[in-house]
This record gives sequence, structure tokens and C-alpha cells, in this order.
Amino acid sequence: MKANIKELTKGIFKENPVFVIVLGLCPVLGVSTQVSNAIGMSAGVMFVLLFSNIIISALRKVIPGSIHIPAYIVVIASLVTITEMVMHAFVPSVYSALGVYLPLIVVNCIILGRAEAFASKNSVFDSILDAIGMSIGFALGLTLIALIRELFGSGTITLFPMGNFGGGINIPWFYDNPIRVMALAPGALLIMGYLKAFFDWNTSRKKDK
Amino acid sequence: MSYIAILLTFIFINNFILVQFLGLCPFIGVSKNSENAIGMGASVTFVTTVASVVTWAIYYFLLVPFNLQYLQTLTFILVIASLVQLLEMVIQKISPALYKALGIYLPLITTNCAVLGIAIINISSSYNVMEAFVAGLAVGLGFTLAMILMSNIRERLDLQPVRGSFRGMPIAFISAGLMALAFMAFDKSLITNLHLV
Repeated sequence: MKANIKELTKGIFKENPVFVIVLGLCPVLGVSTQVSNAIGMSAGVMFVLLFSNIIISALRKVIPGSIHIPAYIVVIASLVTITEMVMHAFVPSVYSALGVYLPLIVVNCIILGRAEAFASKNSVFDSILDAIGMSIGFALGLTLIALIRELFGSGTITLFPMGNFGGGINIPWFYDNPIRVMALAPGALLIMGYLKAFFDWNTSRKKDK
Repeated sequence: MSYIAILLTFIFINNFILVQFLGLCPFIGVSKNSENAIGMGASVTFVTTVASVVTWAIYYFLLVPFNLQYLQTLTFILVIASLVQLLEMVIQKISPALYKALGIYLPLITTNCAVLGIAIINISSSYNVMEAFVAGLAVGLGFTLAMILMSNIRERLDLQPVRGSFRGMPIAFISAGLMALAFMAFDKSLITNLHLV
């Protein structure tokens, strides 16, 4: 049981895909302009990663070694196509906001990386835990960057409209004094640099203890 | 849009790495010295150009007639993967010298977001085949430009005293951010001001 929990939590902090392994950065920086986009992207990645891990782990004894990468890519691309169609049908606003980054989940290194490094060697149950942990870690990293960028860049936090709630929250002081560059491309790279430095510092501090 | 406008758009205004963040993994991973950066840039330019034309042809001559547009993502990634493999074999046969220079980078390109990215953007902007060709070339050139600039910065950074936790990747991201800030000077208005629309 303890080993299972470790499988689940390693993706969230110790092997966080965004800040520690630094994989799948294109979508992380590309869609992090609004919190709602970040959540949509995380949901897409979570679905694809979970099912690709399940399918690849279930087929790990069937897929011949010499063509394993193309086989994984076909599995992942089919799942991404399903995600695209579902999002297009049910959340068209998120679909158009994510644009080219949604089909690009196919080449997201996290998914192929987990398939290669984990799902192809472990049981279905462990792969499910791994996928959940990794995708939560990815979602947290992506949402954190989106939160910082949206808060400083435009002083708002955009969520999904529900009932009376319109979807956007204005943060008083930040809304009047936005740092526009944070919402633009350079802001994403700068914030990524500072956060990576913070995580590196945090890891090295723990090691020293 | 004229061809020059497409070139300017994808090299400067919408530079794939610094503005759209496509192809960031090799940008951070392979940009440690300028020789590798040029090799990677040349390989990517080659593949984006060929892949743009091939995926364009497959979309309009195979997927559209059979009404299979929803298979776009799946087909494109398979085509790109086979294309990279094919190019690797062809280059190895025709020009062993070029293969020696580009060989190690070619397998990495399949999972480069820039290649699949431009293939999808060509379709969504409904470019014709010539425009798709120019766009593919421009994306590659923009990628190479960013790679060369970045590798030069990183070669200098190696000689500078950088504080502990900023060493390596974090300072690379921050330098890229400052470079992106400079690229913000290229704006869509550039195209209108030059009367290229």
C-alpha cells in the first residue's frame, strides 16, 4: 500500500513533470495566459495520459519491441483525436482558446515519456497511479504558472461560468495596475525561469539537511 | 498574404520558439553550443519544409475527398514520423557527410512540436501549397535564428558567475524571456506598414 501511494505522489512533487523533469513545456507556456485554459489543457492531458498508460500497459506483452514507438504514437494520437472531438462538442470556447496546442498533446513529451519509462514496464494498476500522479503534477504546475501570469498580467482570474457566476474574478489592486508583459510571451519564459530556480533551490536545500 | 509577409510572420512576428513556444524542448536541450544549434536548426528547417508540403498534399488529396478531416492529427504525426525516418535513410545514402552532421538530430525531430505545429497551422490558415512551403521554410529559419542566438548567449553564460540555483536551465529560461522581449518589437503592424497585406 505504501508503495502505491509513493507511485501516486512522486509525480506531484518529487518528479513534478513541469518543474523537475521539465517535459511538455510547449503547452505549459503556450496556454497559460488564462486559468480556464490551463484547466482545460490539464483535463485533456489527464485523459490522454491516463488512457494511454492503461492501454500501453495492458498491451506491453503484445507490442513487439522493434515498433514500440510507432505503436505508442498511434495509441496516443487516437486518444488525442477523441479529446479534440469531445472538447469541440461540449466546450467549444476552450477548444478554440487552446487552438493548435490541443492536437499538439500528441507530441507532448510527458505522455510518450511515461509510456516509455513507466507503462511499458509496469502493471496496469501501477500505471494508473503513475498517470494520475503525473497528470496532477502537470495540472498543478500549469495552473500555478497560469495563475501568476493572469494575476499580474491582467489582474483577473478566469474560471468557467456557472449559474450566476460569470466566470471572471477581478482582483482589486492588480486589476488597476496590470503588468502587461506577464500575459505576453516573455512573461511566460521569465516566470518559468524564476519558478525553476525556486524549485531547484528547494531541492538542493532539502538535500543539504 | 504575400510570400514575404509569410516569411516575416513566421521568422520574426510569430517566431515559433520565442512567441508560440513550439519546439521548446530542443531549444533548451540542444542549445548549449553553437555547432549543435546550427545542426539542429538545419535539420528542423529541412523537415518542416518537406513536412509542410507532404502533409498539405495528404490533407487535400486524401483526407478531404474521403471526408476524413477528423483523422488529421493521427495521419500527420504518422506521416511526419515516417518522413523523418525516410529522410534519414535518403540522406545517409546520398550524402554521408550531411548525414554525419545532421544524423543525431533527425530522430529527435519527430517529437518536435514545431513540425506538427506548422502542419496543422497550414491547414487551419487554409494556405495553398506554395504558401505552405514558404511557411514551413520560414518556421525552420525562425527556429534556427532563435537557436543560434540562444546558443551564443549560453556559451557566454558559461563563463559568467551565475548564482547557485539559477545555474543551467533557469538562467536559460530567463535569457530566452529577455530575448522574447526584444522580439516583441516585431509586431503585426510591421506587415501593414510595409504594405505586404
